[in-house]
Amino acid sequence: MFEEFKNLWRRFYNWTVGNGPRPENEVIPPEPPPDLPFTRRLELKRSRFQERPLASRYNEWLERKSLHVFSMLYLGMSILTCLLFMALLLSTVAELPSFGDANNPVNNEVIKRYIERGGQETGAQNIVAGMILDYRAFDTFGESAVLFTAAISVLMLLGAVRRADTEEISIDLNNASDGILRRGPPSLNLKITTGFTPRIHMFRKNDAILRGVAVLSIPAIILLGLTVIINGHLSPGGGFSGGAILSVALMLCANAYGFEQVHAFFDEHVFIRFSSLALMIYAVLKGWSFFSGANHIESGIPTGTIGEILSGGLILPLNICVGLIVAGTLYGFYALFSEGEI
Amino acid sequence: MLNRLLLNHYEAAAVILSCIGLTNLLLQRNMIKKIIGLNIMDTAVYLFLAAKGYISGRTAPIYYLDANGEWVNQVQAYVNPVPAGLVLTGIVVSVSVTAFALALTLRLYEHYGTLNIDEALFLLEHKYELEYSSYNDDDELLYEFGVDNRDMIKAANEAASKSMNDKGGDEDHA
Amino acid sequence: MPNAFAFNIPFVSIFLAMLTAIITPLIPVKAGIKNINKATLPERVTCCVIALIGVLSALLLFALNADEPISFRFMMGHFPAPWGNELRAGPLEAFLALAFSISMLLSLTGNFDATAYDISERRRPAFCVLVNLLMASLLALLYTNDLFTAYVFIEINTIASCAIVAVKEGGKAVRAALRYLVLSMAGSGLILISICILYDITGHLLMEPMHNAIINIINTGNYINPLTVALYLMTVGLAVKSALYPFASWLHDAHGSATNASSSILSGLVLKGHIFLIIKIFCRIFGIDIIHLLRMDTQLLIFGLLGMIMGSVHAIGQSEAKEMVAWSSVAQVGYIFLGIGLNSNAGIAAACLHVTIHAMIKPMLFTAVGGLSAAAGHKKGLHELMGTFYANRWAGIGFMAGACSMMGIPTFAGFASKLSLTMAAFESRAIIWALAALAASSVLNA
Repeated sequence: MFEEFKNLWRRFYNWTVGNGPRPENEVIPPEPPPDLPFTRRLELKRSRFQERPLASRYNEWLERKSLHVFSMLYLGMSILTCLLFMALLLSTVAELPSFGDANNPVNNEVIKRYIERGGQETGAQNIVAGMILDYRAFDTFGESAVLFTAAISVLMLLGAVRRADTEEISIDLNNASDGILRRGPPSLNLKITTGFTPRIHMFRKNDAILRGVAVLSIPAIILLGLTVIINGHLSPGGGFSGGAILSVALMLCANAYGFEQVHAFFDEHVFIRFSSLALMIYAVLKGWSFFSGANHIESGIPTGTIGEILSGGLILPLNICVGLIVAGTLYGFYALFSEGEI
Repeated sequence: MLNRLLLNHYEAAAVILSCIGLTNLLLQRNMIKKIIGLNIMDTAVYLFLAAKGYISGRTAPIYYLDANGEWVNQVQAYVNPVPAGLVLTGIVVSVSVTAFALALTLRLYEHYGTLNIDEALFLLEHKYELEYSSYNDDDELLYEFGVDNRDMIKAANEAASKSMNDKGGDEDHA
Repeated sequence: MPNAFAFNIPFVSIFLAMLTAIITPLIPVKAGIKNINKATLPERVTCCVIALIGVLSALLLFALNADEPISFRFMMGHFPAPWGNELRAGPLEAFLALAFSISMLLSLTGNFDATAYDISERRRPAFCVLVNLLMASLLALLYTNDLFTAYVFIEINTIASCAIVAVKEGGKAVRAALRYLVLSMAGSGLILISICILYDITGHLLMEPMHNAIINIINTGNYINPLTVALYLMTVGLAVKSALYPFASWLHDAHGSATNASSSILSGLVLKGHIFLIIKIFCRIFGIDIIHLLRMDTQLLIFGLLGMIMGSVHAIGQSEAKEMVAWSSVAQVGYIFLGIGLNSNAGIAAACLHVTIHAMIKPMLFTAVGGLSAAAGHKKGLHELMGTFYANRWAGIGFMAGACSMMGIPTFAGFASKLSLTMAAFESRAIIWALAALAASSVLNA
């Protein structure tokens, strides 16, 4: 009985940790390791237990055992820490201001001005858009920079290296070292892959259903994305959500027609230039706004009347820039992870 | 205390979720599961923020027209817009970090053939000893460590042969 | 208020670094460079911009010394403090910006050879972008007066610093970067939760209004426990990122396996950015008295002492030169936290001095170790470096000077900061422990 429980627990534990054999595979006992010839085994034993001094064996045991002990300790400490952390945070939550109360300290003069004067000061109907792109625009600029950082890093890790692995070498057959003059093409270009083999993306070519759906839905998706971006200061949405929608259109296109088709207009160089330029426009526009604000110069940016498309000062162009960056970056992530290159 | 927790039930749920996420981030050995834990933690924080921004009986912070055709801009009409902005920023940060972590994990897998950082550490240090220890009596020691022994040997052999191949390739070029 | 030119310097230097980072991918790298050891065009641009930022910071420091009111605020946008973002600059920020840009410049130029050896040609433009982003985020962490802006730039800092570890080829760097990233992410999560709690109980995100609200909380007595929890979470989160001892297990791996320029930047500057943020949060948001009231200072003191001792002990046990230098960083971070933990003006001043000195010396040590190991044929073990002094004398002299400074031998820079730490310790109650640990750690360093 106890043994069965122990077995069950072990299976459950292995299943949760994900390292052990899966339950459905466990019925078949694993094959025993191939039996080595007796002499070889003897040799191994000797090398292990006789030829090495006691100290090195002790060291080896200590290294393995210490790693094991360390991992058990880590596990125990982590569980303990997390339980403590949960208790601590729950007791904190119990003392926080109540949910949905209008008298909380959060509802102070800050949001009063955002709501009451936000319309005149930023010209945006969507108060959140006005807040993140005008009142607290430095945060949002930093946020775009985070996305840019991640895009550059992922491109560096996954894209550039794969290119570096494929080396193009040219052999000049006419000047070969053996000195014999040959006929034929004077030189030969070879592309040799020295590093990891690129992953092969498995998708069915010429899938009629996928293509049919793509033809119908891609224009609709692009329209929806553009609407969300351009109406960012009037309705929920904005650069980030609209850009995410646009990137879905690109992904669908790539899946239905193949990545080669997308390469025709969107590859790595276009991606880098595109996002750098969009972010640069963002930085310059916002930089002028910061600079003029701090030095009390009239910025000359009209806020327009609230509720119209051309209102909200810089919010519309900034949303467009952010939308382009996000669309490119998210599609770039997808392409890099599934295909290995943009 | 229980009353207060029930009153602040969104925040309590968010806190429990974030602890689950943190547990996963620290405890899981599989990198993918760690990253999932990270995402759970971040999402829980957004739930916390969204709950903090809510004020009962008010609408979303987008100006609307009243009966006379004028924009309503009283504080009493809208919920707090600040947490919405913070959540937006947080989501983008979380997406970026997740993408970067997944890219690193992919490279780790290509180098070591495993998704487990500890195992990669082990492979790095014991690459050459594994052959000796594999068919010996202390297999259960490795098993306790949570590692399927044969896979590890295979991975180590592959890594070794890969490095051999790399060197061989260079010589071929020359 | 300084003159109009100096007034704009914090903003200009942040945006300069950011714009350079954005433009760098567009700069053409000359295709098929024959001499790979030469600096590429993006690297030159990066170095020029960092030098320019250093000059600007020096000008700002000069202007601030000349004028009487010592610090000023810079509105980011058209809206004043509780509504819009703000920067704030004073002599300390200007001085640290100067020190950071000098240190960054030297660790880039001093390690060109190692960079060219370790990083493949294709990755070098990306490396420049990441260095620029790191510089921008460090400057933003120095100057910002807003907690949420600080969080966003911490994230930029984290991604960029993990990426400059992983920029080196090979599995070891990737694994180290991944370990670093996981712990950093846990730290970021704690910081974010803490910011949410603080925002919830104070209703502000900028530092001065938040400080007033916190004084109000202490006076009225509501929400003191959430405040304490938020302070602890914030400190733990930042301590993970700045490698205070029990949370420093990622440091030797990341700094030891990165390329030399990355190790120098990470050890000298990235840790310091987070430490300076802790100092800023303690002084500007909470205030020294409230920190003492919530008993944060004692904890930091204890962990700082622990870090000083354990960092040195671990450093002695290492067999690789870079790992040894990396572990000694842990000990030095312990000194800095000791200064913060003393929680007096003198202690924090000593901590700032030690931040500056360590930001200078640690890159020098890493560069010198890099030079020595290059002379030994890119080997890393300590015994393999034996005799390389004769092959590369400048690196040897640099290493000796750095090591002497770390030990605190008089006439070297480390002596000044250790002396001021000791003087600060004399004024506090924890004097005996602090002195004993200082002595023990100095001996261990030697």
